[in-house]
Amino acid sequence: MKKNLTCVACPLGCSITVELDDQGQILSVTGNTCKRGDAYARTEMTNPTRSLTSTVKVEGGRHPVVPVKSAAPVPKSMLFDCMKEINKVVVKAPVHIGDTIIENILGTGVAIVATNDC
Amino acid sequence: MLKYDLAVVGGGPAGMAAALKAKECGVKKIIILERAETLGGILEQCIHTGFGLHYFGEELSGPEYAGRFIEQVRNTDIDVKTDTMVLDISDKNLITAVNKQDGLLHIDATAVVLAMGCRERPRGALSIAGTRASGIMTAGTAQKYVNIDGYMPGKKIVILGSGDIGLIMARRMTLEGAEVKMVCELMPYSGGLTRNIVQCLNDFNIPLKLSTTVIETHGKERLEGVTIAKVDEHGQVIDGTQEYVACDTLMLSVGLIPENELTKGIGVSLDPVTKGAVVTEMRETDHPGVFACGNVLQVHDLVDYVTMEAQMAGQGAASYIQDREVFENAEYISTSHGNGVRYIVPQKMNIRSKEDIKLYFRVGAVYKNAKVVLEADGTIISSKKKVKLAPGEMENVTVPADVIAKLTKDSTICVRVEESQ
Repeated sequence: MKKNLTCVACPLGCSITVELDDQGQILSVTGNTCKRGDAYARTEMTNPTRSLTSTVKVEGGRHPVVPVKSAAPVPKSMLFDCMKEINKVVVKAPVHIGDTIIENILGTGVAIVATNDC
Repeated sequence: MLKYDLAVVGGGPAGMAAALKAKECGVKKIIILERAETLGGILEQCIHTGFGLHYFGEELSGPEYAGRFIEQVRNTDIDVKTDTMVLDISDKNLITAVNKQDGLLHIDATAVVLAMGCRERPRGALSIAGTRASGIMTAGTAQKYVNIDGYMPGKKIVILGSGDIGLIMARRMTLEGAEVKMVCELMPYSGGLTRNIVQCLNDFNIPLKLSTTVIETHGKERLEGVTIAKVDEHGQVIDGTQEYVACDTLMLSVGLIPENELTKGIGVSLDPVTKGAVVTEMRETDHPGVFACGNVLQVHDLVDYVTMEAQMAGQGAASYIQDREVFENAEYISTSHGNGVRYIVPQKMNIRSKEDIKLYFRVGAVYKNAKVVLEADGTIISSKKKVKLAPGEMENVTVPADVIAKLTKDSTICVRVEESQ
């Protein structure tokens, strides 16, 4: 069986074809133009992950919210649960780029970090 | 009257990269004039990741990408005036600006880099029937409300236009708990990057309705719904396909307009397709010493390319300030576009250039397995196979230095698409 994917690893958006056998084992990955594409196709078939970006509330900052991102991709199926956690948080200014906001979100081992000063 | 070697109008990614490059090239007195309260431009509200893969080799969010340049600017003696609005640039490169601290400012600059970016096409640019209910806004405005001001502008959303900002906002609103009912696109293809269709729409089962537009808005105080309809290949509404969709918010992602009011004021010629200045490979406009780069010159898909283009402008401005010989000896020919190519930047190239020149262009339709052909004086210089060409993705082709060396003032350089048979 063949499955066609569009790689989301970078804005190039390569069209990738994954060939699977009857048991769903990956036989080949073609169409990617870099290693990241190969890795994307393999995780997409087994445990799809996505980078998550959002904002958290800030008290006393220059804006009411500060942007955050997941330091690494999180499982796609957990995006909405992660959002619930992120929306519970209120931090106090000053916040700096790279500050850890949540250390290990929902046991994924992934940190949520600030992506701007506030 | 303040005196500067270089004045950069706009402190977004283009303006900062141009100023930094000029500094690196040895220009002494540089000033950046920025309308907003901070440097960074639109990146401040683009909190999603995907920036910097080409330039930094890592995936950053907008504020992180901007932050790196803001930091670099701080570490130089480049002067920055934020909250400062440039009102006029004269044909002698005299800048009139205004801010709360200085009042009226006059700046005499040897060279000027225009880096004002774009604004979004508003509702008024479309002919949608209906009252002026609240809840109708551009996707970028909604992005500011959510990502900077921290509140949700609506709960049930229809997005018109499948440009990248619209797609990104479809995901953002969904993650924050809104229901994005659909993204309508007038054209038979999306204007956004394929990866954004995948990770912003398909991931959340948001339908993308191609060849579909919004023809009417309903609701008096607050938007209550919109009427959508299918369009034919001429963009005309097909009668009988009208459908009512209940929603409280309509977001528009229907294109960007380069902010060239100042450019026009100087008397610089504009390209009718890009709506940006006509420039050379150094990004100099047809007004001596005035350069343009970034989205005010042509709408880019990626900020990385904005940075690289701005560096060309910064370098060009530096050589204009330091050693005008290149400019005085230049001999320009126009680049021309053939089948399938809508425009080329730069529109003019110096045939005395000793270096390769990259031509950036967009195609007018979607092509599969086509070739990008570069011709000099009717001879094919290169023919590159492309699996896919789409209007949403900027392409480029290089004119090698050895080809440029053979060009004369009557030569032609042409880029065209050759379709597969």
